[in-house]
Amino acid sequence: MMASVEFIVRIGLWFLLPPLLPGIVNRVKAWVAGRRGPPVLQLYYDLARLWRKGVVLSDLASPGFIAGPAVAWVAVAGAALLLPLGPLGSLLSFRGDVILLVYLLALARFCTAWAAMETGSSFEGMGAAREVSYAVLAEASVITAVLALSVQSGSVSLARMMEPAVGSGGVLLAAGLFTVLLAENCRVPFDDPATHLELTMIHEVMVLDHSGPPLAVILHGASMKLLLYALLLVQAVVPLGGLSFPAAVAVLAGGVLAVTVGVGLVESLLARFAFRRVPLLLTTAFLLCLFALLVAWNGGAA
Amino acid sequence: MSANSPFALLANATALPWAEVPEFAPEELVQATGKELDRGARLCSWFGLSEGPAVRLVALIAYDADNSLAVGRSRPFSGKYPSLAATHPQAHLFEREVWEQHGVMPQGHPWLKAVRRAGEAGPGVIDFFRVEGPEIHEVAVGPVHAGIIEPGHFRFQCAGEEVLHLEIALGYQHRGIEEALVGGPHRASLSQIETAAGDTTIAHTTAHAGVMEALAGAEPPLKAQWLRAIALELERLANHTGDLGAMAGDVAFLPTSAACGKIRGDYLNLTALICGNRFGRSLVRPGGCRVDLEPARIKTLAERLAVANAEADEACAWLWDAASVRSRFEHTGSVSTRQATEVGLVGPAARACGLVRDVRFDHPCGWHRFAQAPVAVWPGGDVFARARVRWLELQRSGRFVADELSNAPDGPVREPVEAPAPDTLAACLVEGWRGEVCHVALTGGEGRLRRYKITDPSFHNWTGVAIAMRSQAVSDFPLCNKSFNLSYCGHDL
Repeated sequence: MMASVEFIVRIGLWFLLPPLLPGIVNRVKAWVAGRRGPPVLQLYYDLARLWRKGVVLSDLASPGFIAGPAVAWVAVAGAALLLPLGPLGSLLSFRGDVILLVYLLALARFCTAWAAMETGSSFEGMGAAREVSYAVLAEASVITAVLALSVQSGSVSLARMMEPAVGSGGVLLAAGLFTVLLAENCRVPFDDPATHLELTMIHEVMVLDHSGPPLAVILHGASMKLLLYALLLVQAVVPLGGLSFPAAVAVLAGGVLAVTVGVGLVESLLARFAFRRVPLLLTTAFLLCLFALLVAWNGGAA
Repeated sequence: MSANSPFALLANATALPWAEVPEFAPEELVQATGKELDRGARLCSWFGLSEGPAVRLVALIAYDADNSLAVGRSRPFSGKYPSLAATHPQAHLFEREVWEQHGVMPQGHPWLKAVRRAGEAGPGVIDFFRVEGPEIHEVAVGPVHAGIIEPGHFRFQCAGEEVLHLEIALGYQHRGIEEALVGGPHRASLSQIETAAGDTTIAHTTAHAGVMEALAGAEPPLKAQWLRAIALELERLANHTGDLGAMAGDVAFLPTSAACGKIRGDYLNLTALICGNRFGRSLVRPGGCRVDLEPARIKTLAERLAVANAEADEACAWLWDAASVRSRFEHTGSVSTRQATEVGLVGPAARACGLVRDVRFDHPCGWHRFAQAPVAVWPGGDVFARARVRWLELQRSGRFVADELSNAPDGPVREPVEAPAPDTLAACLVEGWRGEVCHVALTGGEGRLRRYKITDPSFHNWTGVAIAMRSQAVSDFPLCNKSFNLSYCGHDL
């Protein structure tokens, strides 16, 4: 009984909270630019509006065009449920769950790319090609970061990996994971979520032909992924284990807020990178995670 | 250089009896024009003139170093003539245009096809240059774009992310302005000229007024010339600021992007302060200007200009200070000086290739005979250079307007203009913010317009965009395009 209630509460949290994050990012951007900006809750309004709308379907598209976003959302939601939430721990924990998490995120990406290819549009094919080629580099960083956590905690279960405080490798890991967060969530300097120029898009162009509820699912999934990475980053770096329950929750929430504001600030103050320079930055993120791994190997001493 | 020109010389914004324009056989005209272009002249305009069933070609060239223009014409002919574009690429669009309008075939033209329309199917529905190969993919963009911009079709031949070739198909905005002016000037003519390219209203109306005044043998009052020069620079300030902001927006650099959008509005409002319209509509009229600028408004204008100039300086400083912006701008969309000369680029795009090419300096007329801003030139030919030239011009035009505001001449702003002289040709070049705006008018026996030719700077520069994209990443196209920011309707007329 308790387990099912907890499951429902967790699903509810993951359902309701994530759209807040893009709202905060946009608020920060507007504040830096001296504009008033859209309401913080704008994404909620957008999702409600999209959910009520009809769907425009291409004659060329197979059912994969609709199934892709649905499977992708379920995969991200599954990954989210595996992630421990500070003092609440994780709903489901087993040996090697971290590998499942990484694979669920990869499955979500595969489905988005698949749905993009379904339309036969040259733009979407281009976007899928870009997304997948950057994902190769970003995934390497994620796995290295996971390895670092695993080595220092001596576990391959997320619940235990997040518990111990990270030593001096924490700074390296934070920098590496933050860069990966920007890349994985298609933020500046990798992608520009605000652009309307198809030729320069990565993620946005893949969902160009989606409309109505499938687009709502995609947008919600994207915000869920942003929250997931923010939580992962905060828990990998900030020691929450020794804190009391309310303090740990407050620190976790504060950490996520800080990461979100950080994304907004990066987006406000940095121009987007040229495509040919993106691999350079992702390789840097990989190296940061690799050094964090080396530090972990050395027993936490730099 | 112009001393032994076979063509008839004339200064900017002057007229010449049609009978005094030397006449050549078509192939001789092509040969003579080619020879003058080889000697450093520049093709400003090249158009056909119907003579019954036959066609006459008219060439207007500019000797920039000698501050003079020259005009030549062919005898009426029909059928074909040897192509000038085969040896001088700057003529390629002009020859396609003449072929489309008059049906005379330039033999040896490398890529002969319609400029604005392709028969019944409409613009853009034509054969495009194709690159073949298993790794090649074609990307078609437009005519409907994601932003609220004008329609145009872009066809990329790509190998992965690299663009091998870009072909641009325009013509969606063709409204027949030149045809509508025949038999004129009509009551609607000025409104039509004002909207030839809506963001270049002052430059186009000033060129038109220059032509009509030259045909009537009149000189506008000094104060009108002064006011036109100020309005022209305000137009430049507004558009350059908007462009720098848009280029920052294209690389997702928010600070400059957000600020420049606002400052552009401030500059536009300065034009509105002069004439009541942000784009300078109904300000310039043949014979002068429709409104005067009294000392009280000059003072307000100067104060608000100083604020806008300071804000633009600051917003641009953020742009130049950001290393991330510099890495995007540098070595993107490069056009070499040689390519720029060959395709006949004009305006900031040419000056960003190191070419000293500015009508205000080379062919001064109106107020620019008395007061000039330094020509802004930057080498490199890339997006960075084009942004830099705009920034230099922002500073110099800002200072120019501030200086000239304290230098207002006395007298009326408008005097009546007589009817145009019959059988006369007049030409006027004006340096609009995009580059050289060229108007050529020819009157018939009764003093009505027989042919009116408008050449917007975009007509010269679209080829530059296509060249800039060679071997660039396709994702850099919006940035390259914005760095030129050419007009679709100015090209399509």
